[in-house]
Amino acid sequence: MTPTGSLLVATDLRKAYGPTTALDGAGFSIHPGEVVAVMGPSGSGKSTLLHCLAGIVTPDSGSITYNGREMATMNDTERSALRRSEFGFVFQFGQLVPELTCVENVALPLRLNGTSRKEAERTALSWMERLEVDDLKGKRPGEVSGGQGQRVAVARALVTSPRVLFADEPTGALDSLNGERVMELLTDAARSTNAAVVLVTHEARVAAYSDREIVVRDGKSRDMERAV
Amino acid sequence: MSIGHTLLGLLESGPRHGYDLKRAFDEKFGHDRPLHYGQVYSTMSRLLKNGLVEVEGVEPGDGPERKRYAITEAGITDVRRWLATPEKPEPYLQSVLYTKVVLALLTHRNAAEILDTQRSEHLRMMRILTDRKRKGDLADQLICDHALFHLEADLRWLELTAARLDKLAQAVTR
Repeated sequence: MTPTGSLLVATDLRKAYGPTTALDGAGFSIHPGEVVAVMGPSGSGKSTLLHCLAGIVTPDSGSITYNGREMATMNDTERSALRRSEFGFVFQFGQLVPELTCVENVALPLRLNGTSRKEAERTALSWMERLEVDDLKGKRPGEVSGGQGQRVAVARALVTSPRVLFADEPTGALDSLNGERVMELLTDAARSTNAAVVLVTHEARVAAYSDREIVVRDGKSRDMERAV
Repeated sequence: MSIGHTLLGLLESGPRHGYDLKRAFDEKFGHDRPLHYGQVYSTMSRLLKNGLVEVEGVEPGDGPERKRYAITEAGITDVRRWLATPEKPEPYLQSVLYTKVVLALLTHRNAAEILDTQRSEHLRMMRILTDRKRKGDLADQLICDHALFHLEADLRWLELTAARLDKLAQAVTR
């Protein structure tokens, strides 16, 4: 069953790595503008679920449709284009290019899509202002704090105005105060552009920024809103 | 904690005398606060009046007659409803949640589901507090933070219990 109006829907996903089952019939759905937390213990399959939804990993079986289109029918080029233009990504750490300045990092996805340097950096700077890191534009990632670097990474993930933002433990390497600020800015920015956010986290205080949660355990998912 | 529901849950595995019920309760849940006999008998007479238990037999003993209680269908429904209803998130919930999880394991119900439902209820409250914090001043933020950290502590206990359900099942059904 496909929940009406969903942007991204997965049903009965299965994925094994050798003898290890990572997903065992997991499902998922998200609407535009919705923030959904994916929770579960370590090794439960939540990161594999995110990677499948984002088209980074191909499931062994099951269906994923994005905007009504089955992802399995897309070729690699189409999937890459989708990831570049429609999806944004924020990970726990290690995502900024150390040789580039912060503004160049944020502008990078636009440059890869063929936008001129001037235009890309202008848009990048406006996103850095929203994430309150515009004063770091000329600095390199090694010269900024963890919390600042993560806000730069969020600005980069949002610079192409993606329709889905995938965030895998985005505050995992930050202290409480910085983690909270990142979550506030991330969810405010996503909501203002009507982007859907798939938020993988094992921290309840981070999940509290979501609209609802699904729980993944032993490769199976449980949608807590629809389970009640 | 609801003593009535706990005694009902214990009865679900088979009929017992009041004395056996007290002993089972103390052994599993009454570590620092054993039940008084009076509490057991007053609770049982209330459950009897409400049709949640019935007297299956009366045996003469040295003292007063010993009644053997059995749970009724209405009693089983009542236990099921209690286990499935999440507790209002507030500090020091552990004892009631622990009781629910143990009773679910004893009666072969899905204990993980109880923990999932409770997590969801906690998160619902945490969302309200997080929202209030975002819109409030510093004083609101500090007050909400205090509540959020307490709820988070509950949730960490919940996750740890979920991870130990298999071990707990072995221990309580031994």
